[in-house]
Amino acid sequence: MTSIPLNDERAVAIIGSGAGGGTLAHELTRRGISVVLLEAGKRQSTETFSQVPGEAFQQLTWLDTRTQSGDWGVARDFPNLPVWHCKTLGGTTVHWTASAPRLQPWELRAKTTYGNVMGSSLIDWPLAYEELEKYYQLAEARLRVTRRNGVPGLPASNNFKVMYAGAKKLGYKQVHTGHLAINSRAYDGRGFCIQQGFCVQGCKMGAKWSTLYTEIPKAQATGKLDLRLEATACRIEHGKDGRANAVVYRDRQGFEQRQYARIVCVAGNAIETARLLLLSESSQFPNGLGNSSGQVGRNYCHQITGFVWGIFDKPIYSWRGATLAGVVEDEAVNNLSRGFVGGYRMELVTLDLPTFPLVGLPYGWGRDFTSVIENYRNLSGMFINGEDLPRSQNRITLSPQVKDSLGLPVAHVHVEEHTNDQALRTHAQGQMRRMFEAVGANRVVEGPTPPATHNLCTARMSRGPEDGVTNQWGQSHEVKNLFISDGSALSTPGCANPTLTIVALALRQAEFIAGEMKAGNI
Amino acid sequence: MDGPGGRDRRELLKACTGLLTGVVILGSPLATLARNRVWAVYLGTFSTSQANTLTSMLRTILPHDRLDDLAYAQVIQALDERARTDAEFATKLMAGLELLGDAFSNQSEPERVNILKKIESSEFFRTVRQKGVEVLYSTAAAYSYFGYEGEAFSKGGYLHRGFNDLHWLPEVPAEDSGPLPGGG
Repeated sequence: MTSIPLNDERAVAIIGSGAGGGTLAHELTRRGISVVLLEAGKRQSTETFSQVPGEAFQQLTWLDTRTQSGDWGVARDFPNLPVWHCKTLGGTTVHWTASAPRLQPWELRAKTTYGNVMGSSLIDWPLAYEELEKYYQLAEARLRVTRRNGVPGLPASNNFKVMYAGAKKLGYKQVHTGHLAINSRAYDGRGFCIQQGFCVQGCKMGAKWSTLYTEIPKAQATGKLDLRLEATACRIEHGKDGRANAVVYRDRQGFEQRQYARIVCVAGNAIETARLLLLSESSQFPNGLGNSSGQVGRNYCHQITGFVWGIFDKPIYSWRGATLAGVVEDEAVNNLSRGFVGGYRMELVTLDLPTFPLVGLPYGWGRDFTSVIENYRNLSGMFINGEDLPRSQNRITLSPQVKDSLGLPVAHVHVEEHTNDQALRTHAQGQMRRMFEAVGANRVVEGPTPPATHNLCTARMSRGPEDGVTNQWGQSHEVKNLFISDGSALSTPGCANPTLTIVALALRQAEFIAGEMKAGNI
Repeated sequence: MDGPGGRDRRELLKACTGLLTGVVILGSPLATLARNRVWAVYLGTFSTSQANTLTSMLRTILPHDRLDDLAYAQVIQALDERARTDAEFATKLMAGLELLGDAFSNQSEPERVNILKKIESSEFFRTVRQKGVEVLYSTAAAYSYFGYEGEAFSKGGYLHRGFNDLHWLPEVPAEDSGPLPGGG
């Protein structure tokens, strides 16, 4: 076990071990850089993942209180759980469903492509797709994404056969079992997908890429990683020169510790990343670290999501098979004739029986409600993954009332939907309904927007500090040795599930940090 | 859940405020799962008549006619357990049950629906509904009733147990699907 002293000012401190933080830790340590990785959660493994859905939820989820407000459906249907991400080693890569598409070139030019959309705070990314492309290729190879680099796709499940037939009846062309970070063949000491359907509970085959059993053990093997579990970051401190110099955290026993560092990288998921910067206020940064322009926590995006269920008169057994192994990509375009800007994907989905009425259909009661569940084995599911528009007022703030167990204010999530978001959702729901009806569904039921799992843009990359928090490297505009290394840094969300982009940006950022350290710039 | 009978039962009954019992219906899929066909749920907060009211309430909120009583009893057991350690929770439930009254169970389903519609936004109703949804569909009885097969890792996944056995729709062409692993 590598141990880096608390007062070692040469180390890089990374907060969070998910797609961004876990990948960055591996990339820096393999270049010989010492890293202290702080993870708030515990370590689970393919042996300890619970296969009881309720237990798995308790085991993996970030359950600390958040408050919320606004007019999105989540505030009504899930008042106590605005977002659903993980608190465990490997972060949300433990429960993700491994959909790994790329953003498209025009999505990185959102402002230019969509024009001035009233009520939004759209920007273009401060980097072009061409600058990201190489890292997408590296990320796809690293994650062993299916249908890339000659890796076979996953075989079609029952649930996908329904989606495929419906999509083809509507004339869709780009329909397949998805670009998934799930081994269709054994690879790198990890097994292949045996179609368990328990992706969200943690993949017991290790077939699904997760930093838990890929990047993190590889980083440890370099001898350069000091991994500290159950270490909850509370504040980032800075010196008189305005450079970050330490992370204050609570250890497993609840004692306050101070890890000095040359560079601090924050990757705590967009909610906690914004909260940590806001908690790190000082006389020099009264609004929070790197937040002189007040942009930290603003422009919160979560992508437009939602379930649509088709009920048939024959069994589908949708729970058998990889959860998200299917996609229709034809609507992932910007086509104004649909009445909104931005695109969406339609993705296959299924929920286990205990989770279905809690998350997939969280309202109603009586005969109408149970008539859907009575048909559980005859259900097929689809999921929207669409672009939402950034809005300045959609933001993460510190709750003025509610405090966590350490006495620190919890994150408050505020979301007001843009009419564009609603138009996109309505269009997607309509297309899914048509697909299900085209293959003979007796009934189509629209489910809710679930708690947000794609939390993005709260410390976004921008050309200058007036409309963002970081530059094209995820480096704070104000604090040169402070980096944002998770989905918070995305300039806009696009309609691609975000993990592949987060990994690509982390690979790119690692190269930049190593170069800047070598040059003595940071 | 215990099989009734013996000294343990007499000890339990001393501390118990109410009791729900039932017999798993022979021939139901659950009969092959249950250790004993006869089951009993001992309660530490609710009286038997309160538990019966809760059963009627749950069967109105989440009606699955042929789902075994045992599944509903397990919801009441969960509510009872929470009420034992959470006084505020217990008070809320007791007050709600008081308002419904023992007569609630004797009403017809449409009448019970009408009564519950009037209180559907109350905390009492929402608490019972939420616990009902959380527990009911996690029970062995529900898995069996809905034909849900649950975790599959221990059985080698669904790869060779029907993940692609749907044949009333066209097969997906190879270029949009993928080969089965292992088999080439």
